[in-house]
Amino acid sequence: MFELLGIPPQVLLGQLLLGLINGSFYAVLSLGLAVIFGLLNIINFAHGALYMAGAFVAWMLLAYLGIGYWPALILAPLIVGVFGIVLERTMLSRLYHLDHLYGLLLTFGLALIIQGLFRNYYGISGLPYQIPDLLSGGHNLGFMFLPNYRAWVVAASVVVCFGTWFMIEKTRLGAYLRAATENPVLVGAFGVNVPLMIMLTYGFGVALAGFAGVLAAPIYSVNPTMGEQLIIVVFAVVVIGGMGSIMGAILTGYMLGIVEGLTRVFYPEGSAVVIFVIMAIVLMIKPEGLFGRPV
Amino acid sequence: MADKKTDTDPMAQTESMPMLHRVIFAVLLIALIILPFYVYPIFAMKVMCFALFAAAFNLLLGFGGLLSFGHAAYFGGASYIAAHAAKVWGLTPELSVLCGAAAAGVLGFVIGSLAIRRQGIYFAMVTLAFAQMVYFVALQADFTGGEDGIQSVPRGDLFGLIPLADNIALYFFVLAVTFCGILLLYRIVHSPFGQVLKAIRENEPRAISLGYDVNRYKLIVFTLSATMAGVAGATKAQVFQLASLTDVHWSMSGEVVLMTLLGGMGTIFGPLVGAGIIVTMQNYLATFGAWVTVIQGVIFVLGVLMFREGIVGVLARWLKRPL
Repeated sequence: MFELLGIPPQVLLGQLLLGLINGSFYAVLSLGLAVIFGLLNIINFAHGALYMAGAFVAWMLLAYLGIGYWPALILAPLIVGVFGIVLERTMLSRLYHLDHLYGLLLTFGLALIIQGLFRNYYGISGLPYQIPDLLSGGHNLGFMFLPNYRAWVVAASVVVCFGTWFMIEKTRLGAYLRAATENPVLVGAFGVNVPLMIMLTYGFGVALAGFAGVLAAPIYSVNPTMGEQLIIVVFAVVVIGGMGSIMGAILTGYMLGIVEGLTRVFYPEGSAVVIFVIMAIVLMIKPEGLFGRPV
Repeated sequence: MADKKTDTDPMAQTESMPMLHRVIFAVLLIALIILPFYVYPIFAMKVMCFALFAAAFNLLLGFGGLLSFGHAAYFGGASYIAAHAAKVWGLTPELSVLCGAAAAGVLGFVIGSLAIRRQGIYFAMVTLAFAQMVYFVALQADFTGGEDGIQSVPRGDLFGLIPLADNIALYFFVLAVTFCGILLLYRIVHSPFGQVLKAIRENEPRAISLGYDVNRYKLIVFTLSATMAGVAGATKAQVFQLASLTDVHWSMSGEVVLMTLLGGMGTIFGPLVGAGIIVTMQNYLATFGAWVTVIQGVIFVLGVLMFREGIVGVLARWLKRPL
């Protein structure tokens, strides 16, 4: 294999893969944020905490009930989603008539509570979660070694992202959703139960975060701060992508993951800030974001 | 951003301070002068630094209607610069604080000029993301000491004359800085500039149609707020002789929002009360570990759900006077 600017291809491709995996998490999380923002107009600051909760629920299912990875992949998002619905019904629904910023503040408070509770009971050291047997090992592609689980994470996130995009942009349910974002009163007048739809949308968006958490559990150690580090980056992704489109959230997520991976190869010190630098540049040139509609 | 209810405030006068406010400021000053003889001075200084920080933040949120979720960047950033100035450059305390404040002002100007391109929630996210950039710089730059921060910062001699090593001497320096800072913020709010801010907060399109360069006002208030937050952070670095990552971390940005919300956003004395309560709580509940985070979260949630006016906001409503 050729060498690119003095970087061995294994290193380059390894970091690209790592970037793609991080990008998968960015995409799923910013997709959830975009879905919630679309209908509730709330930036769900608790998204990172709920992603962490997803990972913890998967861990707890295994540790306390002996339920393995595959059922957890369904169960954990469901549990997190139901929890989200409870939050929406009891708290968020009281804020819709207020300034949107109160939603941000409320979910910030929720994030503190959720994180604080997990920290109290599980400490900050992190708990291991085994890669399921089916996906352990990997393939030697000749030019690089590809762990199966990582390939699975990328595949699963692509499928989920595409499925969500398809549901929102191409189905009747999605049409109702999009209509309700534009004019909830009118859609309600057509006999659509808008509050129910809002509730389920929040549940779904939060379940996406929980799903990402389960995917992340075997890669990163399960710990209470895992969401806190990620959520700020995801916010930056959202600002760069522009919240206008579902597709924008997904594509920007993958793209920035890869950019971050590449930066780690060529300028390691910059990898932690490159996304924020890109955000600054995008704000200067196109304040509404790459895929956003002009305001 | 403030509830419409609390805005019955008929403070059109931009001239002199109302009697009630004069009395409160005077009582506050007297209380603060005798306080260090009854309370541990370091604790009292910490409260004052956070009171100024919250007041500076409130200038932006309560009076400018802009929710910055990254004010830790200016608070913590200034504390690093001030600590560096005092320790490495050997500057006197007042010059270190000025250095920190100036750095925070420049940072605020740069970040502000980008952030005001987005509105509402986006604005909050953009400020947060930029603050995270500052956090990474503080974590990785050479002069910041990484995880350890800048430790054992010398307190130095005020104007090169008065040694501040003594806690009581330092206390009165901190008192002078924070009290003047809060009076300055009061002055800004009640100036014609402050009235324009209020107009922009209430109805931005109308302010634009009246011919105000709204973005310029927003940028100025952002820079002012960042600078004053920087004064608070730089002073805190002197008090604790330490600049650390805690002060630039985003949870600090959340904390200052909490102080302001709890005390009452858009009120003069709310942030001071909020800062007092939160710092006291953290001090006395420190042994409970992460429960402090949970309690803060609960206060946040309850504050947003049923107590949006904050303590001072409610008081002001009862008294029917702006506080």
